[in-house]
Amino acid sequence: MKAVRKIYDEEVLYINELILTKGCIYGVIGPSGAGKSTLLRIINMLTDQSSGEILYNGEPAPKNGLGKLTLQRNMALVFQKTLLFKDTVWNNIAYGLKARGFNKKEIEIRVNSLLDQIGMTELASRRAETLSGGEAQRVAIARAVAFEPEILLLDEPTANLDPGNIELIEEMIIKMARDKAITVIMVTHNVFQAKRIADQVIFINQGKIVEMGPTEKIFSKPDNESTRLFVEGKMVY
Amino acid sequence: MSRLYEGLLEALRLIISFDPDLLTIVLLSLRVSITAILLATLIGVPIGTLLGLKEEKKTGFFNKIIFTFMGMPPVVAGLIIFLILSRQGPLGVLGLLYTPSAMIIAQVFLASPIVIGLTMVGIRAKGGEIEETARSLGAGSALAAWTVVKESRYAILGAVITGFSRVVAEVGAVMIVGGNIEGHTRVMTTAIVLETRKGNFELAIGLGIILLMISFIVNSVLYTIQKGGKKN
Repeated sequence: MKAVRKIYDEEVLYINELILTKGCIYGVIGPSGAGKSTLLRIINMLTDQSSGEILYNGEPAPKNGLGKLTLQRNMALVFQKTLLFKDTVWNNIAYGLKARGFNKKEIEIRVNSLLDQIGMTELASRRAETLSGGEAQRVAIARAVAFEPEILLLDEPTANLDPGNIELIEEMIIKMARDKAITVIMVTHNVFQAKRIADQVIFINQGKIVEMGPTEKIFSKPDNESTRLFVEGKMVY
Repeated sequence: MSRLYEGLLEALRLIISFDPDLLTIVLLSLRVSITAILLATLIGVPIGTLLGLKEEKKTGFFNKIIFTFMGMPPVVAGLIIFLILSRQGPLGVLGLLYTPSAMIIAQVFLASPIVIGLTMVGIRAKGGEIEETARSLGAGSALAAWTVVKESRYAILGAVITGFSRVVAEVGAVMIVGGNIEGHTRVMTTAIVLETRKGNFELAIGLGIILLMISFIVNSVLYTIQKGGKKN
């Protein structure tokens, strides 16, 4: 990303430069309203940037048409508030595969394998509306990785979940990222979660990247004072 | 009181014996209203979906127009369609006035704004979120829109059933464009008006009971669907 700016009534995000490496897990931290979710939406092209340039594999991102759709299909975004379709668990996980025209046999293999990985094989034919919060979020992540996107964007995927489900989902994310070399960009309000699973941490405040670096460095020897205060649990505004 | 009691008994006899006059009127009513609501659904659901997915401030003008037409008095709708289909009107050459087709057109005119408006409101409630989820999973515009419609099916069914309830019970529009011709354009509501004026209360009460039964069935279906939707 180069000089990417997003303005609604006022500027909410300005990224001077952000380079992401394939297969890396990024933890995006920062106070509420810092612009973390806007960053994910711009990367996923659900929201257009007001100015600036986004390059994917060195190529400028198409702004519309088939090129945009093709690029969007290399990514998946899991929202904080899970929205599963009013259908079975199985059909929810199969959604992205069907959208991409996978054949029936391939869909069956992938969905069944994912159900096994998230420990929900017995719930395949259950209506998604009847799942608990933790189960629903597991299905949402399985649905997002079913088509093996190059980039997985997660917006507070474990917010409001109990510790058991948080651990399960974190394990899932790490395993899927490592096994399939998926680049994961996870927004989290929980700095300890970022510490647990991210390779690199990006600290955003007031719409700007304050600091970005290896997780260990950010938590032990950050360059910026406000980063230090934030990772120590002190509010930064 | 005895007139009402006698009328009720005679009406039940007409219903139970499948009286041919009564049957003709009921079947024509259902044919006209069901055809009208099917056409209104074909028109209203796509338009309502498109409007529902747009930001509310961008559709403000259309919202006002649609909500105004949702409350349009049937006689006004009938008058407009009458003027369009009359011999001097723009579609007078088609010779549709005083035919069931004219009644269907008038009912489509009445039901479409209801289907559009209620679909739009239903889609607006969660459509944006559903569309974004679909797009984030790689759906193109067509699949994303279809997913929104599928996920909002309870609201859309409610819109269609409300539209049907409105047209099956209206009298003004079909009276003006249909003319209430016996065996040709006479439907339940226009027949009730005529038979009441003639003092022939048995048939009027019989038709009233059938109309109420249809309304009960339609609203029961709507209630069951919405209850199912809420449970989910």
